[in-house]
Amino acid sequence: MFFKNLQTMLKDNIREYGMFIALFIIMGIFTITTNGLFISPRNISNLINQTGYIAVLAVGMTLIIVIRHIDLSVGFLAGFLGAVVAIALSSWGWSVYIVIPFVLVLGALAGLLTAYPVAQLGIPSFVASLAGWLIYRGLLLLATAGTGTIIISDPVFNAIGNGFIPDIFPNRGFVPDVHIVTLLLGVIAIIFFVFSAISSRKKEQAYDFEVLPPDMFILQLVFVAILISAITWTLAGHNGLSWTTVVVLLVVGIYHFITTQTVLGRHIYAVGGNPEAAELSGINVKQMTYVVFSSMGMLSALSGILFASRLRSATTTAGTLFELDAIAAAFIGGVSAAGGVGKVTGSLIGALVYMSLTSGMNLMNVDIAYQYVVRGLVLVAAVVFDVATRSRGK
Amino acid sequence: MSTPILEMRNITKEFPGVKALDEVSFSVATGEIHGLVGENGAGKSTLMKVLSGVHTYGTYTGDIVLNGEVMHFNNISEAEEAGIAIIYQELALIPEMTVYENIFLGHEIHNNMVIDWNETIKRTAEILKRVKLDVNPATKVRDLGVGKQQLIEIAKALHRDVKLLILDEPTAALNEDDSENLLRLLREQRDQGVTCILISHKLKEVINVADTVTVLRDGQTICSLDAEQGEVTEPMLIRQMVGRAIKNIYPPRESQSASDEVVLEVKNWHAYHPKLGRDILEDVNFSIRRGEIVGFAGLMGSGRTELALSLFGNPYGYLVSGEMQIKGQPVKFTHPQDAIRAGVAYLTEDRKGAGLILIQDVKENITLANLQEIAKRGVIDNNAEIKVATEYRRSLNIKTPSIEQAVVNLSGGNQQKVCLGKWLFVKPDVLILDEPTRGIDVGAKFEIYTIMNDLVKQGMSIIMISSELPEVLGMSDRVYVVASGKITGELPIAEATQENIMQLATIE
Repeated sequence: MFFKNLQTMLKDNIREYGMFIALFIIMGIFTITTNGLFISPRNISNLINQTGYIAVLAVGMTLIIVIRHIDLSVGFLAGFLGAVVAIALSSWGWSVYIVIPFVLVLGALAGLLTAYPVAQLGIPSFVASLAGWLIYRGLLLLATAGTGTIIISDPVFNAIGNGFIPDIFPNRGFVPDVHIVTLLLGVIAIIFFVFSAISSRKKEQAYDFEVLPPDMFILQLVFVAILISAITWTLAGHNGLSWTTVVVLLVVGIYHFITTQTVLGRHIYAVGGNPEAAELSGINVKQMTYVVFSSMGMLSALSGILFASRLRSATTTAGTLFELDAIAAAFIGGVSAAGGVGKVTGSLIGALVYMSLTSGMNLMNVDIAYQYVVRGLVLVAAVVFDVATRSRGK
Repeated sequence: MSTPILEMRNITKEFPGVKALDEVSFSVATGEIHGLVGENGAGKSTLMKVLSGVHTYGTYTGDIVLNGEVMHFNNISEAEEAGIAIIYQELALIPEMTVYENIFLGHEIHNNMVIDWNETIKRTAEILKRVKLDVNPATKVRDLGVGKQQLIEIAKALHRDVKLLILDEPTAALNEDDSENLLRLLREQRDQGVTCILISHKLKEVINVADTVTVLRDGQTICSLDAEQGEVTEPMLIRQMVGRAIKNIYPPRESQSASDEVVLEVKNWHAYHPKLGRDILEDVNFSIRRGEIVGFAGLMGSGRTELALSLFGNPYGYLVSGEMQIKGQPVKFTHPQDAIRAGVAYLTEDRKGAGLILIQDVKENITLANLQEIAKRGVIDNNAEIKVATEYRRSLNIKTPSIEQAVVNLSGGNQQKVCLGKWLFVKPDVLILDEPTRGIDVGAKFEIYTIMNDLVKQGMSIIMISSELPEVLGMSDRVYVVASGKITGELPIAEATQENIMQLATIE
């Protein structure tokens, strides 16, 4: 009975679980090939921090692809805005608390600029954003002209990409060398997850919706609880939760909420699912295009901030290929190019899969040439898997 | 009368659930213009698709005999090789290519795969002379008007040595001069030995040029009238086209619910289609009262859908002028959103293309147009949404395993009910239904009619656009007839008959 239930559950949800399974397989393989180095707290912490600036782009790109567009300009936009941050902090002497909102607004405006020819004139977003790619690349070179690299010395700013949340009981608690606040947050997360899962299950039962059988439901809860525990324990063993992780979790959380619970989110997915039907249902398709592109621009700015902070500087090559990494992460995460389908949480996992490959292969000292080939193969495999399972889904 | 070039014997073609052609026999004499008329859905297009190889050999029963030889077409090009060319209403030219590239597309003149452009242009000029079209062969097709494009389609067919030319509604998009020109050309081609089948809703022009007219009705051949053996008249054709008893059942309306209060009034309404480059609506005036069902009858392409869309926030950007009043207040809508807020809803005729979001579920489709109602500060109340969807599922009797089922998996009738649910949830004063029962089964039709009756009883006003005359007569309180973008008549239901509606609908 148990195994039969397990089988049907896996079969019915193969699309959603597929990415998790892929992530575990990839992590497992690297753990073996690197003699456990891959799974070490330090590496996992690093991996998550490296994923940060791609993950926020992938979240924005998810919505762009959902409304059947593409944005190639985001990589160099992130790089250029990172340079703006560096200049504002080091040359203009602005406070970090002014610089960050300023750059986020600049990003949102840049997004509106990309959206204008797309929404107003019907120019393909590929072309409009390719123009942006060229322009921002040029601006990045201009901004970093001279020294080539702009060093950022602001400690608060640099903490975003390198720092960790403070611990209230540093190195004192009942377990030495473990980050207590991180553990506490992990426990809270588990409790929150369990409670919300139970309450939503109850609600669904009240409406006679199909729910998982009880044993499978418990299995799912246990599985997620173990997963969260494992991640928190690993991170607590290093320096704890990094600020980058906090930022990424916030972004994913907010976007997940917007896409699943709000009118705005519903309108965006409606436009992606059938623009004509959406327009005739009173949804302003142009307006949605502006909203989604400007959110993408703002997330590009955030990505630029995370990257500049991580490197403690702005460089001439910052942002190179970010856009393609973000697009790949979104597709690995299950976004459909046909529009209307894709979750931001999926794209986060997609970004993790993608960066795990890079990190693992780097630890194994795999030649960069082969790394590209492997990443390409994984992308193809993910998309083929997605298409193959889609027809079977509900 | 000479020997037949074409004989179609006992052609039967079935689609799942529908018999589109039922033992149709159709004979065309060599060197004549043969008119083919019938209502929408009578089977004209299906018959021509069988003939031109779109419906391949084996998917229908019966014989196609061309020049005394039984033909088995496995695809369109085999029919083309046999000398059959069909020119559809939607032109199959490539706008970005020149006239000569279009005419020789797929039949390029070449030496070892290298195209001989000089010869191509020379031959094009000769062919254009044959259809009396004075344009430079190097002109891009998109720079030509629809009338000239139509002639290029004919030229394209002629150069392939066509023996049987089929024209499907060739003049529907043309103005009077262009139509006249085209018909003159057809006569000339006939005199040069080309046989021609002309499908048209414009009965006058059919009578003008055709040597023989065949009438189809409900997938059957009704009659073939020979112009030489006596005059063919419009009333004669109309009687044959509609002459059936109304056998569908319409739910009775208990009492007259229509009041005197005018809910919607439209005056001097004009619309110009920038892409087609012509007026699609001219001087339209009508009014709708509270609690009545007003039928908008007419043939496909007469401008009824365009009229509805131009009133419903004009989403396709026609250039509209005129006056529109809702409950006596003048209104101006720039987006469907404005129309919805003012209490106007429009159920599209294109359910899958423009009505539903197929990949989303029943619940999401029903609430889509009025999410504000179930949201607080932009956050959707999931419970409220489920309640709304469950309520409409019950009241409209939507048959679905769950309200979380993707609508792509529902049957046509249930999809239509989901669409209807979406528009009922916005609680409109005026509900425009565009072909509300197209492509759905009889049972679901009856349910939708019953719902319509309930709605008007509650005080809603319904505009029903329909190409099915029995439906118009069975459901409406009043009928407007639309033809060529104009309202050609208004009939109280007591005076409306299939014959007089068809008469008004075929006015040019």
